[in-house]
Amino acid sequence: MQETIANKNFKTEPYQINMGPQHPATHGVLNLLLTIDGEIIKKVEPDLGYIHRSIEKMCERDSYQQIVHLTDRMDYLSSNINNEAVCLAVENALQLEIPERVKVIRTIIGELTRISSHCLWWGVMGMDVGALTTYFYGFRDREMLNDIFEETCGARLTMNYNVPGGLMLDIHPNFIKRVKEFVAHFKTKIPEYDRLLTENVIFQKRTKGVGILSKEDAISFGVTGPVGRASGVSCDVRKHHPYSALDKVTFKECLKADGDTFARYQVRIMELWESLSIVEQLIDNIPEGEHRVATNAVIKLPKGEYYQKVETARGEFGVYIISTGTKNPYRLKFRSPGFSNLSALNHMAVGGKIGDLVATMATLDLVIPDIDR
Amino acid sequence: MMTNEALQHLIGGWFPNPEFEKIPEVAKQPDTEEVSEGLVELPKQINPSLLEFSEEGSQHLNIVVKPQDLYTLMHQLKTNEQTHFDYLFCLSGVDWGEELGVVYHLESINHRHTIVVKVKTKDRENPNLDSVYDIWATAEFHEREVFDFFGIIFNNHPNLKRLFLTEDWEGYPLRKDYVDEINMVIK
Repeated sequence: MQETIANKNFKTEPYQINMGPQHPATHGVLNLLLTIDGEIIKKVEPDLGYIHRSIEKMCERDSYQQIVHLTDRMDYLSSNINNEAVCLAVENALQLEIPERVKVIRTIIGELTRISSHCLWWGVMGMDVGALTTYFYGFRDREMLNDIFEETCGARLTMNYNVPGGLMLDIHPNFIKRVKEFVAHFKTKIPEYDRLLTENVIFQKRTKGVGILSKEDAISFGVTGPVGRASGVSCDVRKHHPYSALDKVTFKECLKADGDTFARYQVRIMELWESLSIVEQLIDNIPEGEHRVATNAVIKLPKGEYYQKVETARGEFGVYIISTGTKNPYRLKFRSPGFSNLSALNHMAVGGKIGDLVATMATLDLVIPDIDR
Repeated sequence: MMTNEALQHLIGGWFPNPEFEKIPEVAKQPDTEEVSEGLVELPKQINPSLLEFSEEGSQHLNIVVKPQDLYTLMHQLKTNEQTHFDYLFCLSGVDWGEELGVVYHLESINHRHTIVVKVKTKDRENPNLDSVYDIWATAEFHEREVFDFFGIIFNNHPNLKRLFLTEDWEGYPLRKDYVDEINMVIK
């Protein structure tokens, strides 16, 4: 198109335009400064910090129990897994022996959180490319999970169910029954998702070959999670550094080689099946025992440095603690998956159209508080 | 996958200590058995490197490197086939009190070993470090974050400006000596 315009001696010149911070497709307050030439993107520059709260600075004044509560305000869709990361870091540093029951329940709730997050992503993914029905389908199934979380954890979104040493409360008596109901229900729904969106020709044309990220670039940009695995990077923390009860279950790492938007979509749908399978393997085998081991009221980590990584719905979440032996961390750094994934957006979007950028961003599954922290 | 000892031996060899020749022969060679072929050679020299290695209080091998050697070391770590640290998964700024610095967590996707590189500078007024954005693309954003919170200037960085805070923000909030009487909540 550019050539035909040039042939007719019309001049074009790049100009800048703001996408966001109130754009519906940015899923929060993300401002992208686009440099475009007509419809073609020349450069994408994210302007961050609209909801920066300096959580890392707050952590330096808080106790370790309090820090757990801040983590689910970052990636609120993987809140339970973020909580788990801090708890595991503290428990490993204290060399606490955690009961098997706690490990299994943490893994089940973690995988349910992943399903819930992917349900929401699937809904808004469809909406971003123009299919409103998916939004209601995704939220319908997520609602069942939120009810389960509310009953057992006491909250629907920011759960704070994990505490250093175990779980805040034991599971609700209805928990096992309702999870089984959900698994049976959801198994009939994923094929429905496929029929509605995956096999849709318009959807496939919007996503195939769009926003390609090669394997080398994915590693270089530190891209993890479903985005990295769709580019063929074997980066599942659950496989390579298993934590909690993940070493006791069998599941496969969902990999694709294409690295385009459709591959990222497929990886997440495959992960729904894998997470369901993990939940199924564990739900009948929750060991008896304590739901929590006692810790000191004031937790002091021994002097040293601790790093704990977990796999959230978006990728590798890391907690890096430097302790000087006091009740507060000396320095605490959160490695958030969304931040690294966003850094690859410019590379993926350049040369494409604005509509493709929306589809690409939808499969990055950005959660802005996770990036801004 | 290389063990921490093997990694230390390999990487230590890249930065030999010029003073090493002056160390008496006896001290260099603690009585070691002859190394049989095919086995990984274990370190048999007393810290021949300018790098500092430690594992104390951390599950990974730690290297402390001088600012002027940082880029050379990082480039070697990425390109050397035996180490091949191609995945920078965490880059954190740290204020150690007297020193400012950066901690790099590196992993190799193929070999699956992990290493931690630390670099420290004593100059708090005008801290300068080399950028590694052309080795790992993810460093571009992470270094901007460190600049924003710690005021460390990365040489050769393509776009070094505030990332989260506004351009007119005064001071660097994650430094230990930062005081903001209006906004900071202190117990």
